Amino acid sequence: MKYCFLFITALLFTFSCVDPDKVVYDENARLPILGERAFVNGDTVYHTAPDFNFINQDSINITPDLFANRPYIVDYFFTTCPTICPRVKAEEIRVFDHFEKNPTLGFLSVSIDAGKDKVYKLKDYADKLGVGTPRWHFVTGDEDHIYDIANDFFHIAQKDPDAPGGFDHDGRLILIDKNKNIRAFCDGTDPKAVDIFIKDVEKLLREK
Amino acid sequence: MKNSIIYFLFIGATVLVSGNYACTISSPNKQGENLYLANCATCHGDNGEGLRNLYPPLADADYLKLHRSELSCIIKNGMTHPIVVNGKNFHMPMPAADKLNAVEIHNILNYICNSWDNEMEYFTPKEVESQLKKCQ
Repeated sequence: MKYCFLFITALLFTFSCVDPDKVVYDENARLPILGERAFVNGDTVYHTAPDFNFINQDSINITPDLFANRPYIVDYFFTTCPTICPRVKAEEIRVFDHFEKNPTLGFLSVSIDAGKDKVYKLKDYADKLGVGTPRWHFVTGDEDHIYDIANDFFHIAQKDPDAPGGFDHDGRLILIDKNKNIRAFCDGTDPKAVDIFIKDVEKLLREK
Repeated sequence: MKNSIIYFLFIGATVLVSGNYACTISSPNKQGENLYLANCATCHGDNGEGLRNLYPPLADADYLKLHRSELSCIIKNGMTHPIVVNGKNFHMPMPAADKLNAVEIHNILNYICNSWDNEMEYFTPKEVESQLKKCQ
């Protein structure tokens, strides 16, 4: 009897722990529209990605028109970043390769080091990664403009002489839909989070 | 009967626990591995695979054997000149890891040079120290 009790206790312990890796991804739930929202005359106004004006690795002017009516992924980085960027880039390449057959999905990597990351540096960086236009744009622009719009892209970016490489920033990948709404994001340094992000992107691409 | 069941359960549990323990200590250079993951892996990859043509691989890399005498100083002071690894050109600057001491560099080198198909003679602490004294 005593052992029976022990056995049941052990069983309870075994099944009481939920393994976070086994949480089922809900394929049918619609991706939310993220960010602050306002209510104007009874209508809900959702947060949208900011307008921008950049130059890409091919010296071509890049504005939101490029992504008109199609989704894209945004990250903030710089080419000499010694900390998280290489990991984020490795994961982002995985996303890029996964959607190889879906040319509507765009990629926008915004350099926060306008001083050093000139167009030719961005070109060299993209070439070395074996990625580039027309799907993936590595861009630079006016420094103040880049920092000003970071927040609306759900990104943190600022100069910090004490940070490795001279900048504080995050490694998020942000998913923007064809209506400029932000629909998903993930920590680009975490392969498991990126796996879920890939499912989110697939879901968005299935939306009508 | 009851006793024998408990006996087998006990043996089973012991095997499981000791098996897990063996896994955690199976790496011959745990400190080297931890230091590698903390200081080198973001660019060179968790398994030394590098990143395309941007960051050179360390796995099965001819550069390690050809430049054995320079490796301690490369870790300590970084590198700015272009290099060729397994026939490919790389010229992204490597940052210095000047906070690492000689023992830590010694452990990282022994981890890198004997992982992922690299099979090199182990570095001795003296070898690393004498390399570091001659850094330019």
